[in-house]
Amino acid sequence: MKKTKLSDSSLKGWLYLLPAILFLGIFMVYPLIDVFIYSFEEGYNSASQTYFGIGWYNYSYILHDPYFLQAVKNTFILVMITVPLSTGIALLISVALSSIKPLRELFQTIYFLPYVTNTLAVGLVFMILFKKTAYTDGLVNLFLNWFGGSSVDFIDGPYQAKMFVLCFYTIWVVMPFKILILTSALSSVDQVYYNAAKVDGTSKFRTFMRITLPMISPMIFYLVITGFIGAFKAYSDAVALFGTNLNAAEMNTIVGYVYDMLYGDSGGYPSYASAAAIILFSIVLTITCINLLISKKKVHY
Amino acid sequence: MEVVLRNLTKRFPGRDRKKREDVIAVDNFNFEIPDGKLIGLLGPSGCGKSTTLNLISGLLKPTGGRIFFGEDDVTDLPPENRGIGLVFQNYALYPHLTVKQNILFPLQNLKGKDKLSKGEMLEKVTEAARLVQIEDLMDRKPAELSGGQQQRVAIARALVKMPRVLLLDEPLSNLDARLRLKTREEIRRIQRKTGITTIFVTHDQEEAMSISDMIVVMKDGVVQQIGKPQEVYDSPENLFVARFLGTPPINLFEGQVKNGQLYIGEDAVLRLRGIENQEVFVGIRPEGFILQEDGPFCCTLNGVEVMGRDISVVSQNKASLNQSIRAIVGAEHLAGIGKERQATETKVRFALRPHKVFLFSRETEKRIDFEELPIGGSTVSTACDMRGDKYEENKTL
Repeated sequence: MKKTKLSDSSLKGWLYLLPAILFLGIFMVYPLIDVFIYSFEEGYNSASQTYFGIGWYNYSYILHDPYFLQAVKNTFILVMITVPLSTGIALLISVALSSIKPLRELFQTIYFLPYVTNTLAVGLVFMILFKKTAYTDGLVNLFLNWFGGSSVDFIDGPYQAKMFVLCFYTIWVVMPFKILILTSALSSVDQVYYNAAKVDGTSKFRTFMRITLPMISPMIFYLVITGFIGAFKAYSDAVALFGTNLNAAEMNTIVGYVYDMLYGDSGGYPSYASAAAIILFSIVLTITCINLLISKKKVHY
Repeated sequence: MEVVLRNLTKRFPGRDRKKREDVIAVDNFNFEIPDGKLIGLLGPSGCGKSTTLNLISGLLKPTGGRIFFGEDDVTDLPPENRGIGLVFQNYALYPHLTVKQNILFPLQNLKGKDKLSKGEMLEKVTEAARLVQIEDLMDRKPAELSGGQQQRVAIARALVKMPRVLLLDEPLSNLDARLRLKTREEIRRIQRKTGITTIFVTHDQEEAMSISDMIVVMKDGVVQQIGKPQEVYDSPENLFVARFLGTPPINLFEGQVKNGQLYIGEDAVLRLRGIENQEVFVGIRPEGFILQEDGPFCCTLNGVEVMGRDISVVSQNKASLNQSIRAIVGAEHLAGIGKERQATETKVRFALRPHKVFLFSRETEKRIDFEELPIGGSTVSTACDMRGDKYEENKTL
């Protein structure tokens, strides 16, 4: 009697979960498994749906592909520079924002603008800033020239210049969201803790390090994790800046490589794309696990 | 450390768009707090008692007046240089630090010549923890502690720097009734042991009365009365103080002084001397009633609440300003109550203890002093006697 009742209620539970499971299964789990299978099918032909055998060849191919290695290198540089920098700058701006009273809302709005601005408009602005045309070297070069530097071609020039623009762009684009999250986290810290610290004669810096930071650490952690994942998946930013032929520009990312392998001019190789996607997946998984491990020690909920 | 408040005033700018008047939270507060005493700041919410505490702590800057700790004028000093310990209403323990780290925190802020070695710090922390009896909780986080334990940690953190003055903001309001009783004794014990001048804020008059050396009753930013708890209770200076102190609260009546007699309604309840004929408010403490068969003060009985040692006689009177009158008498009187009946009503008669009766001016609400004269119950007529025959008739029932 009791047992049937229990299975009844668990049946109900499954029923309620069904829509979500169905959608997740069809659009997330099944493709994931499929990609995993593809990545081991050697010489797969999407037209005839045939393959020669099963093995590690796809992985071996892309790991020896200089374009892929370039993409991995670019992605890692992008991640390692933009995630800490954007989080740090966002934190600085948020702290500054919450310690000023007048014009605070105005500044908040200004800092949030990039979030709601059209990507094409942003691309245009960056073009004006950085791109060399027949008529002008771009606004940034104009400044460089003023201060006695020589012009740098940021879009078609040396690797470092291009990487700088990509990082700059990425940081600028992800900043508004981080500022939004952090200002609200900062304002949710109870004033009474600051009063207690004040009575105890705590210096501003120590108050920030020992009280503010630990109190908002869950939010910082959230931003770091999502920031890592987001940066690893970077693709559209590079396209917006350097056009679709990213391999030629040496600015490809892992996701860009996957896309090129599927649909690009040299594309039509779903097996290689799958292998690259699985490698990206395992990188993100590893990094996230490391993040979680670190957070256990440093984050206070 | 002696704390002296001189003409202390705090105004907050009015926020209301329609009336931009300043809100006066504390108005011209003068008080000398003797060294080593426990002082209770008492008043209803919004009376300025917390503001006063924050002014003493330095978290707020006064609009006018000075604050002295002993000889030092601390009015312009920031909180950290005043040498105070402050316990917040919700304790404000840092949730991410352990108990030990919380208590250690103020010590780690010390700089220059005050800086302590690690060993000295730990010694002080242990000492503070022992004082409030939390030595075995040192490695827990605040969330893992009960309310009372958190309170002790907060006190330990405030005491660890050996402040000159300890300030407690509503220290017991977050605790349940039983713990409140225990903790207030604890606060008393710690205060006695350390001898630190302690000021605490409360809206609970019982709490203030029970542990304070002196209480300060405030209303709308103005000090109403300062004194030892019993003195304030026994001789309230005005109607507000009389109403605010005491549980159950004082019973209030509209009364009249006429030719050396005090009338409540039509009952002449007391004979007085040294007071002019006038309309007054009459306050009678619940313990100021004596059940007496021929008592001069006649009320309609509503019921009796048994409280064990005492009983509370609940009754009504036309002249009463409270919904009902509460008289506390010994439980041995229980059997004698409610014998006297008139039609549908049961009557109860009281004589009054003169020193439990206070008279207040109708205009100023200040207390009016009077001399009492012994009163003979049988010589006065009461409202009950007006309907004499019915009363006789029913008495036999």
